[in-house]
Amino acid sequence: MTTATSTGKTDEKARGRRRPQRAPGPVRRAWEKYWYAWAMVAPVAIVITLLVLYPLGYGFYQSLTNATEANVATTIGAFHRPATYDFVGLDNYWHVLSGEDGDFYPRLWWTVLWTVSCVVLQVGLGMALAVLLNRKMRMRGFYRAMLILPWAVPSFIGVFAWRLMLNSQYGVFNEIIQAVGLPAQNWLGSPLSQKIAVIMVNVWIGIPFNMVALLGGLQSIPKELYEAAEMDGASPWQRFVNVTLPGLRPVSNTVILLGCIWTFNMFNVIYLLLGNNTTGDTDILVTFAFHKAFNGVSDYAGAATYGIIILALLLAFSTFYRRSTLKSEQA
Amino acid sequence: MRRGISIAAAVTVFALTASACGDSGGGSSSKPKDPKDISGTITYWDTSDAATEAPTYKALIKQFETTYPKIKVDYQNVPFTDIEQKFKSAAKSGKGAPDVVRTDVGLMAEYAELGYIAPLDGTAALKDTDDFSSVPLNTAKYKGKTYGVPSVTDTLGLLYNKKLLKKAGIAEPPATWDEFIADSKTIKRKTGAYGTYLNPDSYFLLPLLYSNGADLADPSKKKITINDGAAVKALDTAKKINDEASMKVDFANAYQNMQAAFKNGKVAMLVQGPWSVGDALGGSAFKGDEGNLGFAPVPAGAGGKAQAPTGGHNLTVYQGSSNLDASYLFTQFMTSTPSQIAIAKGTGTLPTRKSAYTSEVTGDAKIAGFQPILEKTARARVALPQVGSLFTPLAQNYVKILQGDESVQGGLDATAKEFQKLLNGYSIG
Repeated sequence: MTTATSTGKTDEKARGRRRPQRAPGPVRRAWEKYWYAWAMVAPVAIVITLLVLYPLGYGFYQSLTNATEANVATTIGAFHRPATYDFVGLDNYWHVLSGEDGDFYPRLWWTVLWTVSCVVLQVGLGMALAVLLNRKMRMRGFYRAMLILPWAVPSFIGVFAWRLMLNSQYGVFNEIIQAVGLPAQNWLGSPLSQKIAVIMVNVWIGIPFNMVALLGGLQSIPKELYEAAEMDGASPWQRFVNVTLPGLRPVSNTVILLGCIWTFNMFNVIYLLLGNNTTGDTDILVTFAFHKAFNGVSDYAGAATYGIIILALLLAFSTFYRRSTLKSEQA
Repeated sequence: MRRGISIAAAVTVFALTASACGDSGGGSSSKPKDPKDISGTITYWDTSDAATEAPTYKALIKQFETTYPKIKVDYQNVPFTDIEQKFKSAAKSGKGAPDVVRTDVGLMAEYAELGYIAPLDGTAALKDTDDFSSVPLNTAKYKGKTYGVPSVTDTLGLLYNKKLLKKAGIAEPPATWDEFIADSKTIKRKTGAYGTYLNPDSYFLLPLLYSNGADLADPSKKKITINDGAAVKALDTAKKINDEASMKVDFANAYQNMQAAFKNGKVAMLVQGPWSVGDALGGSAFKGDEGNLGFAPVPAGAGGKAQAPTGGHNLTVYQGSSNLDASYLFTQFMTSTPSQIAIAKGTGTLPTRKSAYTSEVTGDAKIAGFQPILEKTARARVALPQVGSLFTPLAQNYVKILQGDESVQGGLDATAKEFQKLLNGYSIG
């Protein structure tokens, strides 16, 4: 992942070098002139092919078969088993998308609900905190540091801490509410309360990033705009809606897009907060695909199908999102 | 941006498919030689508790290396929860796979079916097989071949707090699940402590299924039996225990909470295994008063028979090991009677060899407590390679039934349907 993104940047640079040139001539002249650029691009192209395109292609191929761990070709020592899986075409996709497997649509709706509620809360609360911290006040540095803390804690440690606090028999939340005379709650006791809990924890984890990114955006809005708005007699709310929000748009658009993709694929919060004794209703598409791949005899075809469907959903979403935000930015 | 997305998603796909690619390493087989002439290095993946149990195993390995100076053993401790995926991906690719691996008995059928572990019949690994208790030895068998050598064994029993039962006026631990529920109510009324804490994990449901004559499936008839009348009876009982006898179950922290509640005297009876006893004895209810902990077989169900699943670990040899002879020898050494006695004394786990139950070994309270339970109620689980996958839908529907989202019959029917997706060619009922 790190290699892929960092080399992605090099790729961008290399192309940047090429772009200002006039239309390329014959191949040979192009090679003589641009060999340096090609050489720069080559490692990236090779790495991307090996790390991204090959597995992606292989995953797509597997999604067209009925391969499982028990029917792929295996030779280990004295043990030989020929491949006995078949090419089934788009059967897996039909099986999933037609709702025949009974798992896809419930998981999809919950994934969408989970993504939307997490992103709305993360961005909303992150923005509120960013606006609060964008003014001069005492101990501003301290507040900022404290609010970034959830980000600094490795997420699985944060999630386990929440799991301890939410424990219905030995957790601190029940101790507190019992101390004031309220009845103990079973915080993770039903699918609904589990869903609320995972959203809460994910929002907690996601706020710092949103806050920092939006704070950066706020600081880049020219002060003169606020002064001019004030001169025109705009109320604080009007200033927020008409100056702050449009000024933040370049940042907030990216933050929302990133938030959606991250949350859609957020694995550890759901997997670690709830443990194994769940009804399965709280599984999002990614955790569901994980169970397919890693519980017992691995279902390669099923997991790959889900992987490709998740990829397609995210690609479609980000394409539409970019297009609509570009339009609104140009407007 | 778009590239960033496709990278992120492709990495997900890559992670999902990575274990699928890769080729296998070759192995060589050679004729049996004199054990003293075998040489080389073998890797052993141990899943014993790294803090409390591993030192005993390491000491045994030292002994092995002294006895066979030409063989070197590379000991690696792998957490129990990670071993399945770690071993399977290493075994498949042949890269970094161990030669000998300690395998939970529940994984035997899966590993054997997938060809990851070697059949051991007729090799040096299996020695004096008559000495093994039959139930643990059966866990190592799959389709007529023996794929492992039993190392330690365990089962589920009923642990109870003698003082709490006495205070409630109950002389004997309950012998049937009905008595178990009735006693729990008496205990709650007379002592304030809860009768039990139900563990909503599917493994802990097995005693209820077995004792009512139910099981997940019947491989000989290719039938899924999880929604038959006996299973419904078992789940009815489980639901009743949850509603009437148990402390309120915290589903996300059930295991830790039931253990904490039991060892501190808030719960009187627990269906648990011998591995938990060391922890229980450290709690306020049993500390300095070890005699307060009682051991009994799990209660019996409508079938009149009390049965519980056999757990424990077998030593298995990786099919692609480049040094099979040394691996067999090591397996034989680690499962020999003297080694089993050393393991039992060092870790308090139950040996699988009858000859290892010396008076010294049975001096340990939990070994003494669980030995008769093993003999009476332990049975092998159904040997299906998919058993690891079956537990997921069973657990999910079990939780739904307990939480009241699903009726017993409805939940079990849904489970059976999920089972059918996993078990090719099986019919329901």
